[in-house]
Amino acid sequence: MFDFYFEIPLVIRLILQGLAVIMVIFPIAGACSMAERKVAAWIQDRPGPNRAVVPWVAWIPFFGKFLQRLGVFHVMADGGKMLFKEDSLPGHVNKFYFVLAPIVAMIPALTTVVAVPFGAYFDGAGKLIPLGLAPFDIGMLAVFAVSSLGVYSAILAGWASNSKYPFLGSVRASAQLISYELSMTLAVLPVFLWVNAPGTEGTMGFARVVEFQSQSGFLGGMWFGFLMPISAFIFLVALFAETNRQPFDTVESESDLVGSFHTEYGAFKWGLFFVAEYSHMIVGSGVFMLLFGGGWNPLPWVSLATAVDFLGTFLPFAHAPLFVGILSIAIFMGKVLAMIFFFMWVRWTLPRFRYDQVMKIGWQKLLPLSIANLLFYAIAIALIQK
Amino acid sequence: MAVITVERKPLTFLERTYLPQIAGGLKTTFKHLIAPKKTLEYPEQRPAIPVGYRGVPTLVKDPNGREKCVSCQLCEFVCPPKAIRITAGEIPADQADRAHVEKGPQAFDIDMLRCIYCGLCQEVCPEEAIFLQNQFSMSGYTRAEMVNHKDRLYELGGTLPDAHHKWDKKKAAEEHGNAH
Repeated sequence: MFDFYFEIPLVIRLILQGLAVIMVIFPIAGACSMAERKVAAWIQDRPGPNRAVVPWVAWIPFFGKFLQRLGVFHVMADGGKMLFKEDSLPGHVNKFYFVLAPIVAMIPALTTVVAVPFGAYFDGAGKLIPLGLAPFDIGMLAVFAVSSLGVYSAILAGWASNSKYPFLGSVRASAQLISYELSMTLAVLPVFLWVNAPGTEGTMGFARVVEFQSQSGFLGGMWFGFLMPISAFIFLVALFAETNRQPFDTVESESDLVGSFHTEYGAFKWGLFFVAEYSHMIVGSGVFMLLFGGGWNPLPWVSLATAVDFLGTFLPFAHAPLFVGILSIAIFMGKVLAMIFFFMWVRWTLPRFRYDQVMKIGWQKLLPLSIANLLFYAIAIALIQK
Repeated sequence: MAVITVERKPLTFLERTYLPQIAGGLKTTFKHLIAPKKTLEYPEQRPAIPVGYRGVPTLVKDPNGREKCVSCQLCEFVCPPKAIRITAGEIPADQADRAHVEKGPQAFDIDMLRCIYCGLCQEVCPEEAIFLQNQFSMSGYTRAEMVNHKDRLYELGGTLPDAHHKWDKKKAAEEHGNAH
């Protein structure tokens, strides 16, 4: 059915796939900024933005009103404003690096998507084929390597702005990112120790991690979030810190740093920083779900294959690769969006940590905890997989 | 008063991890997330105005549709920010229904850019002619627009019930020959 697609040259095919993924990530990042405002409003007992509407949508009797109340058109209004307002370049900045910084923020944020598989289907032989732009074997390494490049955008922006608060903010950002990167990496190691059992082919890819969470049996079907709760917790906390989200957003902290490294930015360049932040959140949530949340498996102990077999009892097309692929992507996206909601929920619940507390938690609490966690699981896995 | 020494207990291990508190906080915010909203959507929904509210000052007419103000200028004198300007005038002889009314204002301007909504004008008025009523939002594009003239003040004020019927009593007294 789709043979014509596979006859297109590989390069064009990859470009098309890449564009398709960016076309999904970009609007989601935009919609996240809206969702942030809506969740903020609901938690504060307000209805939130609900006025903007496109006239011809307002004519749809019930649905148009619903969309208006949901505030979806404010995304367009915000985006349009950001695109068309004057993009000022302050006189005192280092122009080249000032313009470079938002670009450097965007590139790693969108590049990490490459290594993250977002769905799967079964080929004729019943073998699980992950869907992703480049589902190669070094997935986790690639994500860590590229996402940590994001700190350069903060440093560049803060330094090029040539003003005090952005500079302080960028120093904080870089220190914070480096501190939590350690615990994050150490928290992930037990998962890969467990996945790379002796006698199997070594991998750092996500697909194998998800496969491990979709085996049969009590222990086999258990998500790593239940098997390694401490790892999951450390990874989650470090993820909050890495994405500069509350309660670790000392980088932004309006009350003491104005707007931190993006103080001097406006219009679209400013918007790019936020799209980058939300892309980081999306990819980070995706990685968390793949490692600890079962990836594209709908429920703990219910793997995708089981779910498809169950659906196959009353849906004739349930085993078609296209259906399985779309189903798995939908499940995975649902989980990622739930995670993003959790990010927002936490943001409107917790106050910000003071900067010294952030450093203390990072170095004196999380790092020893993650090392102890790694030692515990290393010994346990060595005993089990002997 | 007895002094109670509160024992400061050191934080327990769980408290030091912050986790139970965070879970409690998340529970609280989630309750608010799904709770009914507490705000009014202003232009469509208006707040309930309490009794005795001091809104925009207005002039009122008596139940016979006559101006109550006799341009005594007490409000003009008492007005702390000097927002009120009154030009006094006689009642025209050709208006039979106002024949027993003493006087009336030719012009009555309240500059709403100056008004501080103190309500002293209402308090001082011997004729119960000026009231601070329920309108709370007053806006305009120019300074001139923000000055309420006499016709606008009567339009805002309308007619309020009146227990005294002062001019009717005066008319009746004159007709019975016992005017003071």
